[in-house]
Amino acid sequence: MSAPPVAPPAVSAEAGSPGLVRTALSRTGTMCLVELQKLRHDRTELVTRAIQPALWLLVFGQVFTRIRAIPTGSTPYLDFLAPGILAQSALFIAIFYGIQIIWERDAGVLAKLLVTPTPRVALVGAKAFAAGVRALAQAVVVLLLALVLGVHITANPLKLLGVALALVLGSVFFCCLSITIAGLVLSRDRLMGIGQAITMPLFFASNALYPVQLMPGWLQVVNHVNPLSYEVEALRGLLAGTDARLALDFGVLLVTAAAMIAIASALLPRLARG
Amino acid sequence: MTPAVRCTGLRHAFGATVAVDGLDLLIEPGEVFGLLGPNGAGKTTTIRMITTLLPAPPDTIEVLGRDVARDRTAVRRLIGYVPQQLSADGTLTGRENVALFARLYDLPRRARAEQVAAALDAVSLADVADRQAKTYSGGMLRRLELAQALVSAPRLLILDEPTVGLDPVAREGVWDRIEAVRAETGMTVLVTTHAMQEADEHCERVALMHRGRVRAVGSPAALKGALGPGATLDDVFRHHTGDALAPETENGGIRDVRAARRTARRVG
Repeated sequence: MSAPPVAPPAVSAEAGSPGLVRTALSRTGTMCLVELQKLRHDRTELVTRAIQPALWLLVFGQVFTRIRAIPTGSTPYLDFLAPGILAQSALFIAIFYGIQIIWERDAGVLAKLLVTPTPRVALVGAKAFAAGVRALAQAVVVLLLALVLGVHITANPLKLLGVALALVLGSVFFCCLSITIAGLVLSRDRLMGIGQAITMPLFFASNALYPVQLMPGWLQVVNHVNPLSYEVEALRGLLAGTDARLALDFGVLLVTAAAMIAIASALLPRLARG
Repeated sequence: MTPAVRCTGLRHAFGATVAVDGLDLLIEPGEVFGLLGPNGAGKTTTIRMITTLLPAPPDTIEVLGRDVARDRTAVRRLIGYVPQQLSADGTLTGRENVALFARLYDLPRRARAEQVAAALDAVSLADVADRQAKTYSGGMLRRLELAQALVSAPRLLILDEPTVGLDPVAREGVWDRIEAVRAETGMTVLVTTHAMQEADEHCERVALMHRGRVRAVGSPAALKGALGPGATLDDVFRHHTGDALAPETENGGIRDVRAARRTARRVG
């Protein structure tokens, strides 16, 4: 029999009690690392999840570029579309994190995580940023495909950093939206139905496929309260150099992500009890 | 000496259904304590309140002198928890699974790798630590979860049906590790189980729960002795629970059954 883990006091969990900010940062790093470890062990998901954005770019993008049905000024339609598909790809990853958390509840994982000395807000924030890391890995695949199709993408590292930030913030918002819905409906089947019901309307009610000016008045109103539109605008401004209100875009993304983390955290204990 | 767990008049209801009804419980530090009872007796609800998963009113639960309602984070640092379900992540390696919990318990970076290796070694998984957990057998997965719970050197280890679905050899393997670690560290072990023989063999004291209350508490030998010569713990169980199939009064009763079946399927 090998020696059991007798912990000297210095490494006992009783010893450390870091503050909330340090805890939140530490948990975020931990959860992001776990996502990367999972991706390292199983890369098939990166490929399978790339199929849908690839089809949007290859089929929808190329056909609509050819028929010139959507006026995008001096920007080629594929250049206009690629940031929208990037945002859509991240949205589709994040919006189903609620299903994962319900699976984690059923598998006992959530209970184990909630019994650790981790504030709920740090746990939800960490999960949401981990969704962002997964979205970033996906974004690399989509961007490479876009480059192959001849899409003009900035090489400015600062702008690319901004792209990463916008994608992560958008993912945080939609991941927490999904966890919030999970906390309300408590069932995987219901969440899958709601997830499917809201993702396409969110996508079509944004500026991902067409300029806002082409939308009917009522849709423009919806577009203004849709965080996906701010994410797409920021991505498009940074990647393709189109007009963007970056301060407003990032401000909206930051505030909505923070608010959604707070709401999802409040509902997490309900999910664990349910 | 400060008790490991003290519950005083603990009560919890799910709507109109009372799951725990004025429960009093005292668990001494360093003992292996079994919480027994039929489905719906209130065991899981009690465990969930002790582990802070369900809210408990102030002054009703103390873990090693800390009030669960007032000092949740401190209580969580004292606890290692293994749920009934096999909850290790199959995509990650054994080492990554344990390292995740070392980080979640804020173990210092310089001691982390050593502590993770020690926890894996303690459950005899050091040789397969870098294999993905999905390649492990059911018994190995349960031992991996034990390592996850032990890596923070908890003073109270809580196990919810730790041997459900395991074959007899794997069960003994899990109990051997629990007892060895307990003997080495002096930690308290609180375990729920339906397996009377296991409780008889491995628990120093047991409490029999029925309809949200403790009906009997004591050492298996004392409880059997009180019933008469030749009595088994099964007889004690039947005596106190009336041999009746209890209704699924706990919230998640169906889920508990599903979880047990899912766990049994995973361990093969």
